[in-house]
Amino acid sequence: MANLKDLRNRIASVTSTQKITKAMKMVSASKLKRAQEAAESARPYAERMENVLSSLASSMKGQSGGPKLLAGTGNDQKQLVIVATSERGLCGGFNTNIVKAAKAKIKALINDGKDVTIITIGKKGAGVLKREYSDRMVEHFDLTHVKRLQFSDAAPISARLIEKFEAGDFDVCTLFFAKFINVLTQKVTPLQLIPASFDAENSVDLGGACYDYEPDENEILEELLPRNVGVQLFRALLENAASEQGSRMTAMDSATRNAGDMIDSLRTTYNRSRQAVITNELIEIISGAEAL
Amino acid sequence: MADKLHFELVSPAKLLKSEDVDMVVVPGTEGDFGVLPLHAPVVSTLRTGIIEVHNESGIEKLIVVGGFAEVNAEGLTILAEIAKPLSEVDRTAYEAELKDLEEDVQDAKDDETKARAEKARDQIISILEILDREAA
Repeated sequence: MANLKDLRNRIASVTSTQKITKAMKMVSASKLKRAQEAAESARPYAERMENVLSSLASSMKGQSGGPKLLAGTGNDQKQLVIVATSERGLCGGFNTNIVKAAKAKIKALINDGKDVTIITIGKKGAGVLKREYSDRMVEHFDLTHVKRLQFSDAAPISARLIEKFEAGDFDVCTLFFAKFINVLTQKVTPLQLIPASFDAENSVDLGGACYDYEPDENEILEELLPRNVGVQLFRALLENAASEQGSRMTAMDSATRNAGDMIDSLRTTYNRSRQAVITNELIEIISGAEAL
Repeated sequence: MADKLHFELVSPAKLLKSEDVDMVVVPGTEGDFGVLPLHAPVVSTLRTGIIEVHNESGIEKLIVVGGFAEVNAEGLTILAEIAKPLSEVDRTAYEAELKDLEEDVQDAKDDETKARAEKARDQIISILEILDREAA
């Protein structure tokens, strides 16, 4: 049986671990609230943008030679996969899930004989992917310094993407991130950024009304599509941030509970062995007295 | 509702404004245009400039950078990357930023960073020009 001193030390260490996980849970709960608010307030812009673009896109359909960001390069040989993960660990299966989904996609693409390149956002995913695909990883964006995600944090990334696209570095770009459903569930979602994809259902019915375009449709699309990439990316990153906090909160909650269980069982063992030691001592004293 | 125009101003971060007004003057790429209630549907891109919001209490001016405007049966929606009431714009902050960016242009080692810094600088310059014009 472990001695009393050891047990006492273990109880103390588990108690302090519990305090830490409890504090982390509290912190991520408040961060989650903020992240959720940010994700919600970004929604109107992204939705409007999507509405306008999808109605523009549907009116352009059938015409050849639309902007490349919408129509694609007519090829899908060069694939770019963006993996957005968190900058910090201790958030349950959050990063693992995203990386797993991304890896499955990358493997499938490679098996199809495509040229795959990878861009990572967030160092947790980058570390894992580096083990297997270090030769395919072309760029990494670090958001460690970002406390509160602003549009200006996403803009440089999307600018870089468009630059690379125009240079012909890739044909299709897919972003992997975790969509925030609720605190307990986050769903890893692949989102095709380039060429832009729209749900036909989302396009607003213009009620037969004809829009005037100023300047013409093509120029508006040329201007809006790059912006749309930025908006989609920004929105995905916001969702990702909320998911990260949600995931961390659940993970820390169960860690706190586990620590509680552990303390209980340790305390029982401690009390038992303390009891045993006392009994032993008594027996020794009594038998000593009897021997006299 | 026909006598009022529903106006919404949205930035990527949040919905800045959603109200009923009399008229809005929008700085389109091909020229300013006023939007009154029951305006015909239009989609237009914006240049850096001033939006004027007219309602009973007077004219409110906001500065916008980049974006587009959409008019439909429901009203006017402006999506802008940056939008700020003119009264809240801090001129000195922009001047300081301009100085920084000038230095960036000077220090740029390759064409790419230079082009990027110049673009950012030009944007600040156009904002300052607009502020000058408004102040005059």
